[in-house]
Amino acid sequence: MSQTPTPLRLHKELDRIWRTPPGIHRLSSVNHTVLGKRFMVVALCFFAIGGLLSMLIRAQLATPNSAFIGPELYNQIFTMHGTVMMFLFAIPMFEGFVIYMLPKMLGARDMAFPRLTAYGFWCYLFGGLILIGAMLAGVAPNGGWFMYTPLSSKPYTPGINADVWLLGITFVEISAVTAAIEIFVSILKMRAPGMSLTRMPLMGWYMLVTSGMMIIGFPPLILGSILLELERAFELPFFDPTRGGDPLLWQHLFWLFGHPEVYIIFLPAAGALSTIIPVFAQRPILGYRAIIAAIVAMGFLSFGLWVHHMFTVGIPHLALAFFSAASALVAIPTAVQIFAWLGTLASGRPRWDIPMLYVFGFFFVFVIGGLTGVMLAMVPFNTQAHDTYFVVAHLHYVLVGGFVFPMLAGIYHWMPHISGRQSLYRLSIPAFWLIFIGFNLTFFLMHLTGLMGMPRRISTYPSNWGWDWLNLLSSVGGFILTMGFALVLADMVLQFRFGRFFRRDPWSAQTLEWATATPPPSYNFAAIPRIDRRADQLEPAKIGPVLAGGSGYLGFARNGDQETMGVEMTTGAPEHVIILPRRTFLPLWTALATASFFLALLFGLYGLTPFGALLTLVLFLLWPTTLGQKKDFGPVSIGMGETAVLDVECTSNVSILANRAALVMNGTLFSSLLFGGLFLLVVAPNWQGIAPLDLPIWLAVVAVLAASLSALCCWMARRANTAGNSAGVPLALAGLGQLVALGLLVGLMVWVPQPTEHARQAVIFVVLGYAALHCGLAALMAFHALLRLHQGYLSARRQTECILAWLWNGYAAGATCLALGLSLLLAMMGQIP
Amino acid sequence: MFWGAAALFALVMALFAITYLRREWLERLSPAQWIVGGGLILPMPILVLLTGTALVLGEQLLPHGNAPVRIEAHAERWHWTFTYPGGAPMADDVLHIPAGEPVDIVVTAGDVIHAFWVPRLGGKIDAIPGHTNTIRLQADKPGTYWGQCAEYCGEGHDTMFFRVEAHLPDDYARLIPGAAQ
Repeated sequence: MSQTPTPLRLHKELDRIWRTPPGIHRLSSVNHTVLGKRFMVVALCFFAIGGLLSMLIRAQLATPNSAFIGPELYNQIFTMHGTVMMFLFAIPMFEGFVIYMLPKMLGARDMAFPRLTAYGFWCYLFGGLILIGAMLAGVAPNGGWFMYTPLSSKPYTPGINADVWLLGITFVEISAVTAAIEIFVSILKMRAPGMSLTRMPLMGWYMLVTSGMMIIGFPPLILGSILLELERAFELPFFDPTRGGDPLLWQHLFWLFGHPEVYIIFLPAAGALSTIIPVFAQRPILGYRAIIAAIVAMGFLSFGLWVHHMFTVGIPHLALAFFSAASALVAIPTAVQIFAWLGTLASGRPRWDIPMLYVFGFFFVFVIGGLTGVMLAMVPFNTQAHDTYFVVAHLHYVLVGGFVFPMLAGIYHWMPHISGRQSLYRLSIPAFWLIFIGFNLTFFLMHLTGLMGMPRRISTYPSNWGWDWLNLLSSVGGFILTMGFALVLADMVLQFRFGRFFRRDPWSAQTLEWATATPPPSYNFAAIPRIDRRADQLEPAKIGPVLAGGSGYLGFARNGDQETMGVEMTTGAPEHVIILPRRTFLPLWTALATASFFLALLFGLYGLTPFGALLTLVLFLLWPTTLGQKKDFGPVSIGMGETAVLDVECTSNVSILANRAALVMNGTLFSSLLFGGLFLLVVAPNWQGIAPLDLPIWLAVVAVLAASLSALCCWMARRANTAGNSAGVPLALAGLGQLVALGLLVGLMVWVPQPTEHARQAVIFVVLGYAALHCGLAALMAFHALLRLHQGYLSARRQTECILAWLWNGYAAGATCLALGLSLLLAMMGQIP
Repeated sequence: MFWGAAALFALVMALFAITYLRREWLERLSPAQWIVGGGLILPMPILVLLTGTALVLGEQLLPHGNAPVRIEAHAERWHWTFTYPGGAPMADDVLHIPAGEPVDIVVTAGDVIHAFWVPRLGGKIDAIPGHTNTIRLQADKPGTYWGQCAEYCGEGHDTMFFRVEAHLPDDYARLIPGAAQ
């Protein structure tokens, strides 16, 4: 590495390592640029489908007593509109954007787990196709996007409609879960050296908080879906009030996810605004630290106000007042951001361009949405406006204002990065005005229809209640809005065909993503820069060519490995070299296996489900086989005269951090389950008169002992490994111990008398099942570490598998204790004779 | 609430316009003034006032003690059954109440979740299987008011209406004999 190759030669060498070959090999791509674009394109397709459905809704509601589509079809359509827009458009859209953009903004060559990105993409695509396929077959979900029980329970939705929702969405959520962990880890560990957290561009902060919220916010929904599917498929009552369940449990779980979800959608868009506005104001963002504080505050607050969706379910008024105040409080961090943006514009030298047009649209629409949000946070107003068109108006102002307008600003801002061409502008301006006018016409009037008493989710209404002309105008506005979106689409196509080429950084932006060539090469940066100032005040046009010449970190192709930098989390000091896995078809095969599992469940072929699950597991076990090193390398050169160790020799590498994040997520799911059990115990009807169960305590004690001793063995294995001794025996013991615990827990599950009879038994059954599953996983992790040890992948310096085994075994032991504790408590409930 | 919201909206829009049209007006504001002024000083008093008022108003609307008249409303797909004190259930989707005095409606559901709502009498409450909720209503004048199910409950949700007839107390006592105290 003494003689520097020419930029062109360096490009060829790196591209040979990183590129996705054409033809069928495209399906093996794990590259974040490719997958980010795929996510966005598929999300836009779903946006078009969701938009089409909304047109059907507006056509039906344009006139009173309409017979265009009957209530049966209408219910499917509005359910699918909400579901598609929230789960198949909004979340994947920003995931795609972040997957594409984040490594480029932070100075990395890819995300932390490229194969997981690909797996997430396939899960998203297949899950989405299941939903759309069901819609075309006329069996789409019809219980509303919120799927309230008991309406979505078996007696009231006997068809597979609800199963399509529960399974399809859970399948899609795999992509959200994997993306959340990946984004979180990538932001913390994979920045350009020198980029400390306090130098990170605001987009990084927004996404750090968003991914953290996803890690904690999604598990309640996933748990709720699993429980409801268990109730539907296997008669385990969790939500059935006649058997000790409670429909309100579903509402709590759903909104515990559902409210943070709104902020999960808004924050990435706000991150885009915080990136775009300084570019057009031609000055750095005002109040960088205040904005970070506001984002973190929003993240925390968003988990404390889910009950404002449930003001009318009969919760005591003082409790409502608490959630009302918390909901109103969110206005403060939002106002901080709004005024920071306004101040940035006011104190800069603002330019006017197409993205700013949409930023204006954002201010107009989102501020109205925020203000109606404060109104709805007030209990007396809420109980009147709840479930009326006022809420429909509010949520569209917030989501379209807070997500779609910033997204369009982002499209016009960053599209040149993807296409390498500049926008034409002929269509952009009329497109904006059509969208802006169409949107306000459609949704502003809904405030009025709502206040006049029009409830949501009705397929038709009588003509003498004064709602007719407002609805007609709303429908007209909806069609204008659609024309605007069609023009944007045409504009995008034209830009790709006829836009003018440009050199670098057409907007004079100051963030790192503009330092790549455009369209970006497969490896992003031929060398990774050292950052010596806040990373939203760089000069991409200057540093771009320097990096392309190979001056910087890792400015060479070594061993045909996909290398990128791993840094210390807070300071951004270079810490280790990450060797990323190469492209492979494994993610596709694994996703197909996962799809077979979900399809078997969907069609009630329960006998086949173990095969799908097993196949998925086996394929996942193949993933690590290409990773790791069989010898210690010690520090290697990273360019710039510095050295760093390889990722396997670093105990704070991305794999370990990701597993910690996964355990936090898993722990949230388990806490939601424990909360569910206690909630039913305290709140649900029909818990009087049940007899206590005689749980075999000695079995439980032995299970806890086995799991705990296994965790202890893993801890000892880790110590032995670090000290340079063999960890084989304790790892084997740990695996065997967890298998014993697994067996005992399964035995207890079999013992549970008639789990379908009462929610108490059902909860015990599922809690034990959760613990059993985790003992099994812990055994797998221990045996996997043992295998890797034998293959020579472990040493005193290379400890990753040992640490992972310890993490998962410790978690399994904790979960077993808590699971048996709750089971014992529930078993003791009831009158002792 | 409407005028306050309109004023705040106008303020943000005006500031946005000024940044482009009359930039010199705002140039001297420091970052701290923007953040503290707009983000904290502006919203805080408004929010405190609003939340306080809402709490007091909400408290006043609550059913304190027992209202003289308690009527049970039971929702099932897709109709309402009303039961008066001492009377048999009446399944004709008509609710009779005395005008000019508070009435407690005790709301339950038999199958899925519904919601009891009479828009012109204000407020709504969910009818949840396994739970019993109470809402206090008062019709100031005799007359007919429309009520409807406000929680999506399946195919018949569109048509799950009911009628509220508010009568003078004497007429009410004559109509619902069991209700006489």
